[in-house]
Order: sequence, then C-alpha cells, then structure tokens
Amino acid sequence: MRYLPLTDTDRADMLAKIGASSIDDLFVDVPAVAQLDGPIHDLPMHASEMAVERHMKSRAGKNLAAGDAPFFLGAGAYRHHVPASVDTVIQRGEFLTAYTPYQPEIAQGTLQMLFEFQTQVARLYGCAVANASLYDGSTACWEAVAMATRLTRRKRAVLSGALHPHYAQVVKTMAQFTGDDIADAQPAIQTEPDLEGLISRIDEETACVVVQYPDILGRISDLSKVAEAAHAKGALLVAVNTEPVALGAIKSPGELGADIVVGEGQSIGVGLQFGGPYLGLFAVRDPKHVRQMPGRLCGETTDAEGKRGFVLTLSTREQHIRREKATSNICTNSGLCALAFSVHMTLLGEKGIRELAAENHRLACLTADRLERVPGVTLLNNAFFNEFTVMLDGKPAREVVRDLADRGVLGGVSLGRLYPGVQALENALLVAVTETTTEEDIDRLATELHDVLAAAQAKEPAQ
Amino acid sequence: MNAPNKSGWKPAMQVSEDGLHNGPSTTTGNRALMLEEPLIFEIGHSQTTGVDLPEIDDGAPTRLAGLERSEPIGLVGLTEPETVRHYTRLSRQNYGIDLGFFPLGSCTMKHNPRLNEKMARLPGFADIHPLAPQQSVQGALQVIHELGDWLCKLTGMPSVAMSPKAGAHGELCGILAIRAAHTARGDARKVVLVPESAHGTNPATAAFAGYEVEDIPATAEGRVDVAKLKERLGPDVAGVMITNPNTCGLFEKDFREIADAVHDAGGYVYCDGANFNAIVGRVRPGDLGVDAMHINLHKTFSTPHGGGGPGSGPVVFSEALAPYAPLPFVKKSDAGEYHLVEEEDGDECGPTFGRMTAFHGQMGMFTRALTYMLSHGADGLKQVAEDAVLNANYVLRGLEDILHAPFADSGPCMHEALFGDKDFGGGLSTLDLAKALIDEGFHPMTVYFPLVVHGAMLVEPTETESKASLDQFITAFRSVTERALAGDESMKQAPYYAPRRRLDETAAARKPKLAWSEPE
Repeated sequence: MRYLPLTDTDRADMLAKIGASSIDDLFVDVPAVAQLDGPIHDLPMHASEMAVERHMKSRAGKNLAAGDAPFFLGAGAYRHHVPASVDTVIQRGEFLTAYTPYQPEIAQGTLQMLFEFQTQVARLYGCAVANASLYDGSTACWEAVAMATRLTRRKRAVLSGALHPHYAQVVKTMAQFTGDDIADAQPAIQTEPDLEGLISRIDEETACVVVQYPDILGRISDLSKVAEAAHAKGALLVAVNTEPVALGAIKSPGELGADIVVGEGQSIGVGLQFGGPYLGLFAVRDPKHVRQMPGRLCGETTDAEGKRGFVLTLSTREQHIRREKATSNICTNSGLCALAFSVHMTLLGEKGIRELAAENHRLACLTADRLERVPGVTLLNNAFFNEFTVMLDGKPAREVVRDLADRGVLGGVSLGRLYPGVQALENALLVAVTETTTEEDIDRLATELHDVLAAAQAKEPAQ
Repeated sequence: MNAPNKSGWKPAMQVSEDGLHNGPSTTTGNRALMLEEPLIFEIGHSQTTGVDLPEIDDGAPTRLAGLERSEPIGLVGLTEPETVRHYTRLSRQNYGIDLGFFPLGSCTMKHNPRLNEKMARLPGFADIHPLAPQQSVQGALQVIHELGDWLCKLTGMPSVAMSPKAGAHGELCGILAIRAAHTARGDARKVVLVPESAHGTNPATAAFAGYEVEDIPATAEGRVDVAKLKERLGPDVAGVMITNPNTCGLFEKDFREIADAVHDAGGYVYCDGANFNAIVGRVRPGDLGVDAMHINLHKTFSTPHGGGGPGSGPVVFSEALAPYAPLPFVKKSDAGEYHLVEEEDGDECGPTFGRMTAFHGQMGMFTRALTYMLSHGADGLKQVAEDAVLNANYVLRGLEDILHAPFADSGPCMHEALFGDKDFGGGLSTLDLAKALIDEGFHPMTVYFPLVVHGAMLVEPTETESKASLDQFITAFRSVTERALAGDESMKQAPYYAPRRRLDETAAARKPKLAWSEPE
C-alpha cells in the first residue's frame, strides 16, 4: 500500500523484537465479542490513486460549480476571487502538515502568521484584540453570547430578527443546555431594520444584544444607536459580520461601539467549499476583556537570546489547563483557513480591500437597478453592500430558485429556505453580487428571472 | 564548554559558556538558509497591493446608509513576489510531518496523502455554495452520504451526524444528544463520569452541557477502575465519557462490561474516538456498547492538521441516540436522490437537539477523508491500525529499559507508548528532554499529558513511519534520555539549533501583546 512504509520483513523483525508471535498478540486486550474475522465486510478493498480519482471525479462532475454558471448566492457564504498564490502558500507542507504550535521554537511560522492574522482581524473589525480563529461565524456568534453572559453575569441575550437564522439556531441550540435565555425574532420585511423595536427589547437583565451588520436581508444600519442603548442598560453589543469585504467600504463595528465583534471570514481566501471548513473571527474592542475570550491567542515575547518570537498565550483560559472551568470546550481553531485569510488580506492590503469593496458595491448597485426593471420584482433595501433582497410577485422564491437552476442560473438564496413555513418571507429572494459577477451574468439573471416570473403569471391568470 | 560533560556527551557544534552559538554574527541576522522575517506590518505599505482591481471612482453613487468608512483600516499590502517570499520564509520556521517524524501522542500526525488535496480542490467540490439548489449539488450530497456510510460500517454504528466541526465539537454533539435523550424522558440526570486520564476537552464539554463532572480513578495498570465506576453509577449519572484506546495507550479491556453497567443504570456511553487510529478496520466500537463516538477525520483519516485546524468531528450514534442528532443531515431517497433535511418541524426529522453550525459540516475534510478511505479500503485500513500499533510497541520495547514506562507490564500498548520522567538528574524535566529532541531533528512527543503520569511523554509514531525512521528516533531518544539521567545541564537550554531558543512564555502571559502596533 502506497502510504505504508513497513515491509513484511520489517513487520516480522519488529514482532520478533517485541516478543510477539503475530500481530494478533498486540490486540489481545480486545474482548472476543469485538474480534473480527478479517477486513470489515461490505466495504471495498484498497484502490489505486487512479481509480480513486475516477471515483471522486464522478461525484464532483454531478455538481454545478459556481464558476460554471451565473452565480448570485450569499446568505453567509460568498464567492470571491482567490489569488493563485494563496493556495500555493497554504499547500506548503510546513504549514499544511504542522500541528498546533505547542513547541514554539519550531512553530514560529505558524505563530508569526497568527500574530499577523490577529492584527489584521482586529483592525478590520475596529477592535483591540482578535483571537487565532474559531470554527466558523455561527459558532463564533454563540461563543460571543457565552462570553457576554460571563462578563455581565446576566443570562439573557436579545437577538436581532435580522440575524442569520442559522446563527440564531446555533445560539438557541447551545443555550438550551447552558440555561441562557435567548430572545429571538424573525426579520420584518421592511426597507430599514427595526432598530427601535430591537432597542425596546433591551432591559436590565440583558447580557447582550446581537446584531448582524450588514444584516440577513443585506441592510446596513447604524449600530451606534444600538450600542448606546445597550450600554445604557449595562448590556454589551455583539456585532456579527458574515461578509468581511463589506468592511472595506463601511465603518467597522468596533468604530460604531460594538463590544464583541464576530463573523465569518470565508470570503477572504477560503472559498465556498459547500459550507466548510470556514473561519470564525472573534475580536473584542476593550483589551480588558481578553481573559474572558474563547479560543487560542498568539502573543509576542522574546527567546533566551533576546530575539522576538511568538507563543500561544493566556492558555489558562483553555480546556487543556482548566478542564471543566475553561471559557470554552474548543480545542482546535481553523488554522489553515486563517492562513488563507491572512495571505489574501496581505495581498489585498488597505488599498486592495477598499477597491475590492468598491467593486462589489458597484456591481451590486448595477444588479439591483437591472432587476428592478424586471416586472414582478421589487427591491426591498434602501441600503446594501453586495447583497440585497428582492420581493417576487406570483411565485415563492424557493420555486423560482429551482426554476432558475434548471435554466443554468444560480440565482440567489430564497428566504423560504432559510425560514421554512414563514409565509411573509416566502416571496423574498436574497441576491449577492461580488467582483466575480460579470455584466453578462447580471443580464442573464434578469432575463431568466423575467421568463420564470412571466411563466408563473401566465399559469395563474387570476393573479 | 568544549569538554565532554558528565554524561560523556559532547555537542558536535561548539556551544559557548553562556549557551549561545559561537561563530561570527551576520549583518542581517540571517544564518544562511535560516532567514529572519519581519512582520508584514513592518515591510508592507497601505498603498501597495498584490491584487489588480479597478481604481475607486470617488464620484460613484453609493447606497451605504451614510456609513462609508472615513478612517483608514490600518492594513498593509505586499505585491505577489513579496507575499510569496514572506510566507515561504515563515514556513521554513515550522516543523511539519512532511519534514520529519512527528510522534505527538494523541494527535495522530500521519502522512497527508496529496491525492486528498487534489480531490478537495476539484471545482465540483471546492466551488459550490452550501445553499445551492440541491438539484445542482447531488454529487456533493452523495459524498457526505458515502462518507457517513463508511463511518457507520467502520464503527458498527447505525447512524452518523456529519456537521460537527472538530473533535471537541463532536464531543459536544454526543453529550448534547445524551442530554436531549434524558430530557425527552423527563430524566434530569446531573453527573457525567470522566476518567482522570481524559483529554481536557471531555470535562470541558460535559461542564458546558450543564453537567457536573466527576473523575473516575484509574487502576495501577492504567485502565478505568471498573469496580469504582460501578459503585458510582446510579440514577443521577447521565453517562460516562471514556477514551478507548485510552490516553495511557491501552485498550480498555472491560469496555463492554462498563457499557452494560452504564446502560443498566440508565446512562449512556460516550466514547472519545480520538484514538480510533489504533483500531480502525479491526475493531468496531459498536460491538463494545458505545452510544456515541466522535471521529477526528484529521487524525484517523489523514486530513491535514494545518497548524491547528480545521478539524472535522462526525459523530456516530446508537439507535437510542440517533433520533436526537443535529440538523442538517443528508438523506437518500428510494429513487437514489439525495437531499438535506434542514427543517426542525419537518416530518423527516426526529426530536433533534437542534443545529450546531451554520451549514453541513467540513465538506473540504469530507472529500479528503473519503479519498483516503477509498485508497486504503477495508483491508488497508485494518493494516493501518496494525502498523500503527506495531510501530508503537516497537518504540515502547525499544525504550522501556531506559525510561520509566509505567504501564509497560499492562499488556501491549495500542498506537501510542507512554513514559514518565522518573530518575532524571540535575533537576531536568520532561520539557528539557523534549527540547533536546528538537535539536536531534524531531518534533517532540506529547508532554505532560495524560496527567496521571508524572512528567508524561506520550509517543505516537503512526503507521506512516518506516522502521528506519523509528530506529533513528529510538537511538536519539535513548541518547537524550541518557543525558537526562546523567543530569546533563546543557539540556536546560535546549533547543540550540531551532529558529528560536526557548521562548519566555511567562512574560507573554503577564503582559500580553496580542496585536502589532505602530512603534511610538
């Protein structure tokens, strides 16, 4: 077998040295009830590289890749161009096949990268300190709520109705077990987010209020009003961002007064990958809060010769030291995705991220204008970055998305899929546009959407 | 210090009185191939970029609610050649499996086949959106289903949850299912039993799920004390979390008996599958009475560790816990079509405990793991376990005469060999020995874990090491052990030859500097 270096002679020599007569001697502690008579049945035997490649390609070939169709999906995962050098760097074996940097003298590559990554994230978010990443945006969102309850010693979190419903579900799932009280809501179909309504839900029991920026409908609102209201009641503002590219164009959540800023970093460097692995970003505005943060942190120090170096630090918060008293049970982070993010962000720089954001916004405006001219389509948003909501006449968006896919267009995410059974949302379609979208793609979407809606209306003349 | 020291060991390279390298200093601070590299913030510029994008049209209308950024973000850019060089230089300060032996116990640092990388990058897997219309991603859903099927068959369990993002997330998934199952019966049990030798994630997970954690003691031979465990069982115990093979490197022979006793007392059995590599293809945990077990795809199934993630931690479930599994999951219809069950209230969904993550799990890891399984097949995976166990026993027997091996008489070890620091001279510790191994060109073993052995050293060679590689390691390990037993004080300052000498971790924690800032 191509991955196993031992030869049969090696095996025999080694067994002899150990004093075992056969390999079975080494499994003698396995009880008889669990001893098998050979390889597990009903699974194939080993295969050549070529055969395996054929098998996997047959699966891959059944999927319509985003790059092969006009593509407008977002809702927490965005398709951006990833420069070729990002993948070259992350495939270097020294990064790819390293472990968590517990032996810092031989892990300075990973550690320095994490220190740079933490700085990039903190600056993008307008915060003092970012951690070395978490699993993804949704789990980071829960960790932020948990941290806010620790900091405030209160048990109640108020979720904005316009928080990604999957994020809200993750928070509610976890809270069932911690006993935290989660007040959530559904988004109202309005051109502007209902900040007053949200603010009215904050009280003296509230640990934190969680607001997505831009929100699930693509709307952008001034978080500073929510921050003021939260702070007035002794609560914290948790801001959630699922599209980091937006922060190249709009003010950072930290700048607007958010105390904990979390989000999904997938847009920068990581790619779509059918939902994972992604990259949870986590930052705090006040450096005093760092000891209540979850996840790994990399810090600067010096070595015995006085040279600058980096180590994982403040690990007394973590499970391998604190066990049941840890700030989180998380062990791993999303190291290689953090590297991809950091390389891409280094390539972009201040100038690149701002230009990238401007280009996304320009094309999104173009798309919104074009779609508004399609009969039966109404633009909901007053403001948006690269994603907006349109209301469709005559047919649930979920079905429209399927019809568009049949026509070779990946036209967006229906709110019907995100909020199954909620009638008020079923005609809403989320449309995301990035620098990868071409003007031909936009035309194609408008044309096909026109045809799909027209066909629906022709079928139901009563409407 | 050129004379041989007390142990007779003499460094090949001269080391000066103060422990520093001799030899001329260089103007750059570089040492030939070992190149110092500043931070990007020290070499980049705000107006430099490595991506060509259209210039911003300041006059273009925006629809950003008046929240346009007015202040600089504070980022810097590099061009592509500068970027590639920066990260290439950083990479050379890292140890990885590609470079050498990485016997980090409990972490299963095996070779990462490159076919896996290639397959994960097929656009049909890498460039598809998690919420794409399901008719357009049938192949991806099929891969998730296929991998789940492999995991069920390899573990002998009927059901699997694919969404957990890493081992600890998988543990949480299992414990939440246990809690949901008890809650569904109106049975508010409060305690989870965890052996002292468990990974820190076990007690942290149980505590997070709202349980009180109680330790189960170990016997002198390094296994769970079955009598004590049975004594503790009762109507308040929700379940046990046991790692098998355990972190002392031993198979829990009485696992079935433990599982039966736990079940009789109305509890569930969580098995930490971190050490599945020792038994994959040879023993099915389902045959031992397990109710839930996570599988670290980044250990047993060779997806890369990436310097600390991403991992992937699918969880297999018994019939009793399967209905409580998290959303979403993939189902195959009788017509052979795949679809995602995403809706809590739908009729295809049982009394799930909810959703653990935004999407369906670590697809990029699934494609790699499935590629690996197909490559090995059922016969190859069995050989994986056998070679991993053989290699570990070879290391155990190659070192037990010189190092304290507390459980060497407890039977063969599984895929890792455990040693302690007994009889080291001159105040030397396990840490010193680990750092001396760095100078010998190895990544150290896991140190100070499990906590049940003083100065623990846990060596997991994995099946992808050749006999020659093990022989070289054993020779080196014996030599540093001899130095430690002789009290060779030069070890206290090791490593000498790594990119950095020992780093001051105390200072890093006392006054944390966690982000770069402009010099004042």
